[in-house]
Amino acid sequence: MPTIQNFQNWPDAHGRFGDFGGQYVAETLMAPLAELTEAYLRLREDPEFLAELDRDLTHYVGRPSPIYHAERLSRHVGGARILLKREDLNHTGAHKINNTIGQALVAKRMGKPRVIAETGAGQHGVASATVAARFGLKCVVYMGAVDIERQKINVYRMKLLGAEVIPVTSGSKTLKDALNEAMRDWVTNVADTFYIIGTVAGPHPYPMMVRDFNAIVGREARAQMLEQYGRLPDVLTACVGGGSNAIGLFHAFLNDREVRMVGAEAAGEGIASGHHAASLAAGRPGVLHGNRTYVLCDDNGQITETHSVSAGLDYPGVGPEHAFLKDAGRAEYVGVTDDEALEAFHLLARTEGILAALESSHAVAQALKLARELPKDGIVLCNLSGRGDKDVHTIAAREGVQV
Amino acid sequence: MSRIDRRFAALKAAQRTGLIPFITAGDPAPEHTVALMHALVEAGADVIELGVPFSDPMADGPVIQHASERAIAKGVGLADVLAWVTAFRQRDQDTPIVLMGYLNPLEIHGYARFADEAVAAGVDGVLVVDCPLEETQVLSALRAAGLQQILLAAPTTAPARMAQLCEAARGFLYYVSFAGITGAGRLSTPDIAARVAQIRAQAKAPVAVGFGVKDAQSAKAIAGFADAVVIGSALVERLESAGSAQEIATRAGEFLRPIRAALDER
Repeated sequence: MPTIQNFQNWPDAHGRFGDFGGQYVAETLMAPLAELTEAYLRLREDPEFLAELDRDLTHYVGRPSPIYHAERLSRHVGGARILLKREDLNHTGAHKINNTIGQALVAKRMGKPRVIAETGAGQHGVASATVAARFGLKCVVYMGAVDIERQKINVYRMKLLGAEVIPVTSGSKTLKDALNEAMRDWVTNVADTFYIIGTVAGPHPYPMMVRDFNAIVGREARAQMLEQYGRLPDVLTACVGGGSNAIGLFHAFLNDREVRMVGAEAAGEGIASGHHAASLAAGRPGVLHGNRTYVLCDDNGQITETHSVSAGLDYPGVGPEHAFLKDAGRAEYVGVTDDEALEAFHLLARTEGILAALESSHAVAQALKLARELPKDGIVLCNLSGRGDKDVHTIAAREGVQV
Repeated sequence: MSRIDRRFAALKAAQRTGLIPFITAGDPAPEHTVALMHALVEAGADVIELGVPFSDPMADGPVIQHASERAIAKGVGLADVLAWVTAFRQRDQDTPIVLMGYLNPLEIHGYARFADEAVAAGVDGVLVVDCPLEETQVLSALRAAGLQQILLAAPTTAPARMAQLCEAARGFLYYVSFAGITGAGRLSTPDIAARVAQIRAQAKAPVAVGFGVKDAQSAKAIAGFADAVVIGSALVERLESAGSAQEIATRAGEFLRPIRAALDER
């Protein structure tokens, strides 16, 4: 791969991040994707649209989210300072709303009265149902039957918000199957329907658009660092399933070459066990869900079932921009096991009074490892992408506690 | 001249509409796939579309997805599919075979390796559902080896793009008769007729129409204006759970023969 001068001007006009990304979809989707690309490229330069987005991010989502120095946690580790970017404090409790607000506004501008979404943990489904209610759009959410069982509270939240939740029973009955089903709905109902993809995957322009809407996380964090600490962090870390919160944090820092970036993937029961969802750390380049990226598959090219204690990381692909950053050597991707994430969850709860989402607990676990490697005046900035209320039942069940 | 081109030239000379059945390789029974292919030809198939099972067939409906899942559960992979084509060719040198599927199995197998093996097996074309015109450079090794890439066109395809597809089409151009997934209903014949007429006037290859064709009546409605008719989900559904080679062949014949007869009526 040639040396990259500017990491922030990707993808190219074809939606490619080097060898990754693109539009690997059936012909029927090419026209809707072209329509969306054209609309979005226009809107991202439209001051009125950007002002409307900004108003909602401020007054509805509650931005900016703070960066918080987790002093007791840092002291416990005995290494560098750990700062948390508090995306868990956003309305609906995760970074996902940054993107759904943006896409709902695009849908509105494109005159589409119906939105559909796929969801794994239910966070993106809730964030989509929320903005659909906010903007008066009809909302249908596709969710794997297995995930519906794991995330009953979020299913009920979506229903309270007026969304219809459709269980998906094909394949492994998880996020990837929900994505397949949502794509089919979109192909069939494209005239009046906008598909809100929840992560930086899918065909172009989704990886770019979802990244743009989440990039506010890194822009804020970078400015907050300079303002409050007079310097940039030594290292960034964030969990990576599809990779939207990670790219959201990383993007503003990509050309700050001195800032290291580490993505924490779900290593499940350990990468050697085969029960994991670490597409970058343990997968290979392939094509899934409309883009070329790293995927988990067998030698016949069949996508394999993944495992993670956190439904939101349970995905066999990953956003193409992460694949690009990995191959370019700009970001590193490592596995964090279920046990490590749970340990970090408890430690953060007891030292800081914060219940992190299980997804985000992977990032916290990685932050602990990175902090140990750095001197005391070092800074690890960790994206605390969501709050853990939704996971309380999962954790209790895993630890044999009756709630 | 490729086997596909020869077949369409012969159809044109005889003023017949081509019949292109689709089956998922390995379904309903891996050990009877070759026998099923011969049965399709005996019942009047002009070209066979052989589906390569994939775990995440985004553009297919539930019938073909489930057929894929059943085949995968029985361990069917690309190597099996190629072996069945090789076996089929021992008795049938004339019927073109198009492999239909998704990119990831080819990518993982290796494009160059796949191209060599597919040509050696006797495959004539590939229809890669998730590889639109803009991404076809990944398939250059296949084209270089002599495989024809069958392209899709859809009702949503814009005029300028349709012109590009018509120019690039090889073998045949597969017109998806509505904007949905395989196996769904909804078919407005006059609309399709008008669109297909436009495409045939431009395209450098014959035009096959599919998606939503399920029986003799719907096939015949299309036969008046298309070079060929593709039938997939309805056939796969009919074959589901057939056990013996005999039963599979019987069901395939009973399903295809009335369609063949209807196409030949005019």
